[in-house]
Amino acid sequence: MKTRNKLAGMLSALVLAAVGALMLSRNVSAAGEGKITGTVKLAGTAPHQRAIDMSKEPYCQKLHADHPVTLENVVVGSNGGLQNVVVYVSEGLPASAGGQVPSEKPKWDQKGCQYIPHVVALDINQHFLVTNSDPTSHNIHPIPTKNPQWNKSQPPGAQPFDVSWANEEVSIPVKCNIHPWMHGWMAVVKGPTAVSDGNGSFTLDNVPPGNYTLTAWQETYGAQTQKVTVAAGKPATADFTFKAK
Amino acid sequence: MAKVFAVTVILIAIGSAIPILMHKWVPPVDISTHGPLIDEQLSETMVEAGISFLAAQFILGLFVWKYSNTPKSAKIRNFPGGATGLVTAAVLLVGLEAMALGIFGAKAWASVYFTPPKPDALKIQAQAGQFAFYFRYPGPDGRFGPIHPDLINEGTQNFFGLDPDHDPDSKDDIVTAELAVPVNREVHLLMHAKDVGHSFFVRELRIQQDFVPGLDVSVHFTANKTGRFEIVCTQLCGLGHYNMKAYLSVLSQPDYDTWLKQQATMQ
Amino acid sequence: MHDMSAHALQHHAPPPGFVRKHIFSLDHKVIGEQYYGLALLAVLIGMVLSWIMRLHLAWPDVHIPGLQLLSKNGAPGGVLTPEYYLQLMTMHGTIMVFFVLTTAPFAAFGNYFLPIQVGAEDMPFPRFNMMSFWVTFVSFCVAVAAFFVPDGPPLSGWTAYAPLSALGAIAGPGQGMGQVLWAVSIAIFCVGQLLGALNFITTTLDMRCKGMSLMRLPLTVWAWFITSCMGLTAFAVLLPACILLFLDHVAGTSFFIPGDLVVSDTLQPHAGGSTLLWQHLFWFFGHPEVYIAIVPGMGIVSHVLITNMRRPMLSHRVLIYSMGALAFLSYMVYGHHMFVSGMNPFSSLAFSFPTLAITIPSTIIVLIWIGSLYGSKLRINSPSLFALGFISLFVSGGVSGFFLAQPSIDIILHATYFVVGHFHLVMALAATFGIFAGTYFWFPKITGRMMNETLGKIHFWFTFVGAYCIFMPFHYLGMAGNVRRYQAFVDDFMQPFIPVHKFITVAALVTGGAQILFLYNLIYSRFRGQPASENPWQATSLEWTIPSPPPFNNFGDRIPVVYHDPYQYGVDGASDDYVMQDSPEQTQSVRDEK
Repeated sequence: MKTRNKLAGMLSALVLAAVGALMLSRNVSAAGEGKITGTVKLAGTAPHQRAIDMSKEPYCQKLHADHPVTLENVVVGSNGGLQNVVVYVSEGLPASAGGQVPSEKPKWDQKGCQYIPHVVALDINQHFLVTNSDPTSHNIHPIPTKNPQWNKSQPPGAQPFDVSWANEEVSIPVKCNIHPWMHGWMAVVKGPTAVSDGNGSFTLDNVPPGNYTLTAWQETYGAQTQKVTVAAGKPATADFTFKAK
Repeated sequence: MAKVFAVTVILIAIGSAIPILMHKWVPPVDISTHGPLIDEQLSETMVEAGISFLAAQFILGLFVWKYSNTPKSAKIRNFPGGATGLVTAAVLLVGLEAMALGIFGAKAWASVYFTPPKPDALKIQAQAGQFAFYFRYPGPDGRFGPIHPDLINEGTQNFFGLDPDHDPDSKDDIVTAELAVPVNREVHLLMHAKDVGHSFFVRELRIQQDFVPGLDVSVHFTANKTGRFEIVCTQLCGLGHYNMKAYLSVLSQPDYDTWLKQQATMQ
Repeated sequence: MHDMSAHALQHHAPPPGFVRKHIFSLDHKVIGEQYYGLALLAVLIGMVLSWIMRLHLAWPDVHIPGLQLLSKNGAPGGVLTPEYYLQLMTMHGTIMVFFVLTTAPFAAFGNYFLPIQVGAEDMPFPRFNMMSFWVTFVSFCVAVAAFFVPDGPPLSGWTAYAPLSALGAIAGPGQGMGQVLWAVSIAIFCVGQLLGALNFITTTLDMRCKGMSLMRLPLTVWAWFITSCMGLTAFAVLLPACILLFLDHVAGTSFFIPGDLVVSDTLQPHAGGSTLLWQHLFWFFGHPEVYIAIVPGMGIVSHVLITNMRRPMLSHRVLIYSMGALAFLSYMVYGHHMFVSGMNPFSSLAFSFPTLAITIPSTIIVLIWIGSLYGSKLRINSPSLFALGFISLFVSGGVSGFFLAQPSIDIILHATYFVVGHFHLVMALAATFGIFAGTYFWFPKITGRMMNETLGKIHFWFTFVGAYCIFMPFHYLGMAGNVRRYQAFVDDFMQPFIPVHKFITVAALVTGGAQILFLYNLIYSRFRGQPASENPWQATSLEWTIPSPPPFNNFGDRIPVVYHDPYQYGVDGASDDYVMQDSPEQTQSVRDEK
C-alpha cells in the first residue's frame, strides 16, 4: 500500500514536471516574439452583393431557400470591419524565421455549394484538408500562376484531400467548375499570416521583435502595406482601411 | 442447332419490338410548335425500320431453319429472281423508302432551320461554359451590351463579361441562371460558347443545337405548353459534363413578366 | 517481276534466330499473328474498362477493389470520380476503335491471309510490313502510357473534340499530357496503317499468281483491298489533324482554338482557329473508319458462309461492287455526325441523302447473303454461327441508321444512348462477330489444330444473346432521352432509367465473362486441339491448298496457278461438291467469272 502510494506520487510528480517543462518551453519561445493585432475597415458603402442563383443544383438551392446566398467579394461586419482580408508580413522577417511549417491543418470545406472559409491563409508547404460535406460532387480547381495547377473532383463521402502549396502566392483563385458560383481564395505566404474575422480584426502571432512591412490583401480592393515595429513582449497594432470604390 | 438459332433470332426480333410497341420508351411529350413534324417523322421511320428489321430477322431465321442439314445429295438452288431480283428489291423497296423518308423528313428539318425567326421574336442570349448555362435578357432597351471576354469572372457573377459602367446597353441587361420564356411566343435563342463546345438540348422542346466556340449560332422555337423542363448539355465538355444543366420554364405571359421584373431587381 | 522472283529465291527458309523469326519478323503470317495478339491484349483492356464504366453507371457508389491502384486520384478508395469515368471512356473508345476494330479484322487476318489468297509468297515490302506492326505497337504503348502520367488519360472522348482537346490542362484533368500522348499515339497509328494499306494494295494489284484475275479474288481479298483504299485516304487525313492538335498543345498554335475563349475565368492566349475544322477533319476519317472496321468483317463473313453453305453467293460481282459503293459513299456521308454541330443546316441536308443512299448497298449485301442461304446446304458450326450472328447484328444496327441519317430525327436522338446502341451493334459487335467467325474458321490453318466446337458454340450463344441484351435497351433509353457520356444520372429526368442500366450492366458482365471461354479455347486448342487436316472445311480458296500451319514461304517450291473463281461449290460434274481454285479439273460451272 505504502509503496503503491509512493509510486503514484512519483508518477504524478513526473507528469507535473513534464507538463511544466512543456509550458515553460512554450512561454520561453513566445516571450521573445511579439504579436501584431489590428482591424481592417471599409470606408464608404459596400457594393451590392448579388444573390446567387443555385437552381442548377437543386439540393443547394433548397438548402438556402430562406436565405439566398450572396457574393462574398466584400463582406462587411456591423461595425464596418472588413472580413476575409489576408494580413501578412511581406518584408523584414529574418531569413531564419518562419522556417517551421505549422503542423495545424486548416480545413477547406465545401458545404451548401459554398467554400467555407471563403479565404484561407497558408504557410508554404503547410498542409490543408479539402473536404466535401455536400451530397453532390464538387471539383476543386485552383488556378495558381506560381504553383502547379490542379483540378480534381471530390464525390460525396470521399476522403479529404491532403494538399499543400510549395511557392508563395497571394492569392490563388479557387473555383468549382460544376458550380461556377463557388469561388474562394488561398493565400500562400511565408511566416505569420491571418485572415480578418467578421469584425475585421486579426492577430499575427509569433512575430519576433523588429521592423516590418505588413500587407493586407483583399480580393476586390487589392493590397495595402504599412510599416510596423514590434517590440519584445509588447503587442503592436496595425489598422487598415480600404476605400469602397 | 440451326433450329435453335432460327428460334432465337425470331424471339430476339419479337422481344426487341415489344418495348417499342408498348410505347414505354418514347420521347417525352412535345411542347413545341415544330415538334409534331419530328415526332411524325420518327414514327414513320419506326414503322419502316421496324418492318425491315422484323422481315430480315424472320427470313434469316427461316432460311437457316430450312436449309441447314440438307442431305448431301440435294442440289443447290438459287433464290427465285437471283441477284438481279434482290438488287432490284433493295433499290426499290429499301432505297426508295429511305430516300422518301429523307425527302419528307426534310420538311421537319426545314421548319427548325430554314425558316427564319420572325422579327418580333423574343431574343434571349444563352451562354454555355464549364459547366453551367447562363441566360441574358436585353432588358427594356431591347439591346444586348457587348461582351468583354477579359471581364468575364464567375467569382463576381459577371458571367458575360459585361461593363455596365461604360456600355449603356449593358445597364439593363438581365442575367439569369434559368431560362424562362412566355408560352406561345417565338423565342430566338442566340447561342454563345464561353470556353469549349457544349450543346443545348431540351427533350420536350425537340431542340438540340451545339454551342460552337468562336461561332455564334442561333435557334428559334415556340413553346406551346407551360411547365418546367430540363436543359441538358449533350456535347462532352469536361469533368462536369454529366451535371451541366439548367431549367427551362415556360410561363404564361403575366407570370413571365413578373418573373422578369423579379430577376431585374436581383441584378 | 524478275526482281521479285530473284528475291524469292533467297527467301525460301525462315531466318535463323528467335528474334528474327518471331519478333522482328518479315513474314506476313507472323506479322498477322502479332496484330492479332495486339488486338487481343487491347480488347481485354477495352473490355475491362467498359465493365468499370458499366458498374459505375448502374451503381455510382460502387467500390471496385484494386481500382485505386490504377489511379489514386481517379478512383480514391476504388470509387470512380467523374473525370476518371470520362478518362476511362476515352481510352475504351480509343483502344477499341483503333487497336481492336482496325487491327484485328483488317491488319491481323489481312496480313495473314491476303498474300496466301492471292497466291503470293509474301507482301512486296516486307520491311514496311514489319514496321507497320511495330509502329502500331509503339502507338499502343504511347496510348496506354497516358494511364500513368500524373493527370491520367484525356477525358475528351475518342473523338477528341476541339477546343476541349486543344486547350491543355486548364480545360480539365488529362487534357494536358494525357491529350498530347493521345494525339501522338494516334498520329503514329496512322503511319502504321498507311504502311499497311500500301502493302495490301500493292499485294492485291501486283502479286497475284497466274490465273488470279481480279474477279477471281476471294471476297475477303476484295474486302481488305477496299479497306486499304479507304485506310490510305482516311488515315492520311487523320495524321495531319493529329499533328495540328499536337502543335496547338506544344507550339502555341491555334488551329482548332478560336479567340476570346475564357476557361475557368482565364482568357486564353489563342486566336483565329476553328473548332469545326477539327470535326470536319476527324469525321472525314471517322466515317470511313466505321467501314474500315466493318468491311473486312463482311468479307470474312461471306467467305465463311460460302464455305459452309456449300454454294457461292448469288452474285460475286454485286457483292464486290456493293462493298466498293459503301467505301465510296463513306466519304460523302461523314457530315451526319455533325447535323447539330453548328455547321450550315443546308449541308446537314446535303449529307443526309448520301447517308440514306448508303442503305442501298448495305441492303444489297444483306439480301445477297440471306438470298444465298435459300436453297443452300448450310452447315452449322462455330464459324458459320458467328457469320450468321454478324448478319443479324448488322441488320439490327443498320436499321437504326434510318433514324440517325435524318437530321430532323437526329435533333432528338443525337448524343443519346440510341447512337451508342447503333454504333456498337453495327460497328463494334458486328465487326467482333466477323473476328470470331474468322478465328474459328482459320484457326486450323494457322495452328494446325481445330478449336473445340462445343466451347465455340457455347461461346456463340452467350455472346449473341448477350449482345442483344446489352445493346437493344440502349436504343430504348436513347429514344426516351437518356443522353450519353454522363458518368452519373443525377437529375430527376434520367433517374428512372437506372434500373435499365443495371440490367445492361449485368448482361455486359455475363457476356464479357463468357469471353473467357473463347480465350481458354484459343489457348487450349493451340496446344491440345484436335490436329487439323490441310482443308478441314472442304474449302476452295488457295489458303486451303497448303499445309496447316503454312510453311515459311507459303507455297513451298510450287508456284500456284489458278483456274477458277474462288468459290466452286456445289458444281455439277465435279468429283466432290467442290473444286479447289488451283485445280485444273474442268467443270461445267457457268459461274466462273474470269
